[in-house]
Amino acid sequence: MTVLTLAHLYPREMNIYGDTGNVLVLRKRLQWRGRDAKVVGVHVGDPLPPDTDILLGGGGQDAAQGEIGRDFVSRGAELRAMADDGVVMLTICGSYQLLGHHFLTKDGRRIDGVGVLDVITTGSDHRLIGNNHIDTDWGRLVGFENHSGLTELGPGAQPLGRTVAGRGNNGQDQTEGAVRDNVFGTYLHGPVLAKSPRFADELLSRALARRGEDPELEPLDDSLALAAADVAIRRPR
Amino acid sequence: MDILAIWLGKLTLLALRAVGRRGTALPGLVVEKVFPKFLARRLATLPLGVVVVTGTNGKTTTTKMVATVLAQRHRVLTNDTGGNFVRGVLTAVVQQSSWLGRTPADVAVLELDEAHAVRFCQVHQPERLLLLNVLRDQLDRFGEIDTTAQLLAKVAARTTRHVVVNRDDPRLVAVAAGLAAEVSYFGVAPALREQFPTDEEMYGGDVRFSELKASVELLALELGETTELTLRIGDTEEAITLQAEGAHNAQNAAGAAALALTLDLDAATIADGLRAVQPAFGRGQSFDLDGRRVVLQLVKNPAGFRQSLRTVTGLRPAATVIAINDDYADGRDMSWLWDVEFASVLAGASGRLVTSGTRAADMALRLHYDGLVVEKVDTDLGRAVQQAAAAVAPGETVVVFSTYTAMWQLHQVLAKLTGVAVG
Repeated sequence: MTVLTLAHLYPREMNIYGDTGNVLVLRKRLQWRGRDAKVVGVHVGDPLPPDTDILLGGGGQDAAQGEIGRDFVSRGAELRAMADDGVVMLTICGSYQLLGHHFLTKDGRRIDGVGVLDVITTGSDHRLIGNNHIDTDWGRLVGFENHSGLTELGPGAQPLGRTVAGRGNNGQDQTEGAVRDNVFGTYLHGPVLAKSPRFADELLSRALARRGEDPELEPLDDSLALAAADVAIRRPR
Repeated sequence: MDILAIWLGKLTLLALRAVGRRGTALPGLVVEKVFPKFLARRLATLPLGVVVVTGTNGKTTTTKMVATVLAQRHRVLTNDTGGNFVRGVLTAVVQQSSWLGRTPADVAVLELDEAHAVRFCQVHQPERLLLLNVLRDQLDRFGEIDTTAQLLAKVAARTTRHVVVNRDDPRLVAVAAGLAAEVSYFGVAPALREQFPTDEEMYGGDVRFSELKASVELLALELGETTELTLRIGDTEEAITLQAEGAHNAQNAAGAAALALTLDLDAATIADGLRAVQPAFGRGQSFDLDGRRVVLQLVKNPAGFRQSLRTVTGLRPAATVIAINDDYADGRDMSWLWDVEFASVLAGASGRLVTSGTRAADMALRLHYDGLVVEKVDTDLGRAVQQAAAAVAPGETVVVFSTYTAMWQLHQVLAKLTGVAVG
């Protein structure tokens, strides 16, 4: 039986908007297909599992990101090597920002990121909050955004998708999230994978392919997820 | 002039009633526009001042507890109609004043939501404040928990006489530091502490035991068909059976008792008051629907949902309906459903599972990922509850967990079906 290793970054601190649900979604979708996942919580100071197949990070309180940020940055070389090695990463909100080059706060402080994604983020005074969905190469992603940092993409990153109704990376250019190889960043909470099953399976397939296993996944009955997504995209922001 | 304000408010209320509306805000709004200083003047006349009850969870029931306890000794004005905004307070004052312009009250006990509590302080600086908890709730409105804690800090700083704080909530303990007003604490005994996890503790954070001395402490708790608890109130231990059920209400009772102590009530009187408190709107209220007992549980955020879910163990329902709306008052973001673990409580204990409300599909999806089988997904609240009741035998219980706006709709439906005026 295939067992994928899911490394969950800072489960105690970076869990604020239900992003832990992404871990559950991936694990269940493996289990429903007779496979499994080993979930390893990575806390400040813990080593990253050497056999990590998928790295997951969520959003946290702005205040918690100081200590987390320092720990994250101390892992910079390792994270860059993992990204180059094709490890699948899904980072949401605060974790997405830390995966970029840096975060420039409202009062002009520069918080370094790890530079895995070619993005920079600038703090702003108001939060971009509301239902959001985006069109991507892996179908429609449906979630909820809630952030005050504005993110700009450099040439080394592609947008994860385009947003029509929501605000996305910065409220200006209709881009949402960023992709580079198997590394994904997004502002979509929800958790995003719950109502975006095709994207969830894309992450699993990539992780399986990287391990040299058959990336083909048996189809699941996703009618509930799709029904929930259909409702969500029609709701007010 | 104040009599004119009261007449204006009362006439607005009558007009609303005439067209069949509830009106907890509009009379207040009208009076506020025409007589902007009325509320401040009226509250300043109360000999024992104003008690504000705020926090994320338990405001309504705790306000009811404080009001019921104090009512044994004093005339109490309270906003028990669900309008926890400043206008709701104004409406309550108008309702509870006479056409002759008198407000027969010694003390006001007011439930205010975190943001409106700050606004309220500009009208009247409260004499007393009861801070219950700061939890994840409606982050689409407040942004962050730390932001909410800052709002409460502002209210605490403006409170003139006494602030009562939950010692088991570290964010609130931080708020209490350095206040001008006197501070006292309530809390749960260390042996019970793990039954009351903070959001952080749910995610594996260490359980913190406070060393602060509590004026009221929850010493023992037994949850079955009824909620039995022992409170240490000052130096006296009191055994109490609560009609407002659940572990969270045992904790709220400790908070209400601690507040009552600051107004010099004795332990026996406080305990008597707590025993008399009826469940508030949608907090464990039950209805008879064709011989089935329908129990309503309001759920608004992860911590509250986790606590409410635990009542299933005592209620042993034959069916469970979870109704989730996403209107502004409910919160638009569905992420919070993923901060609640359902399987461990509901598996084998929920009976037939039904989801309803605008986001019925979202809820069903959440339960699906917890390995629970949802028998029916029906966005129509009335139909979902009626069919759930019809599908179980007479004498059985149906528990309905419902968000705020769904609860109002359900109340109307149940009032029609049962012929009982409720709410």
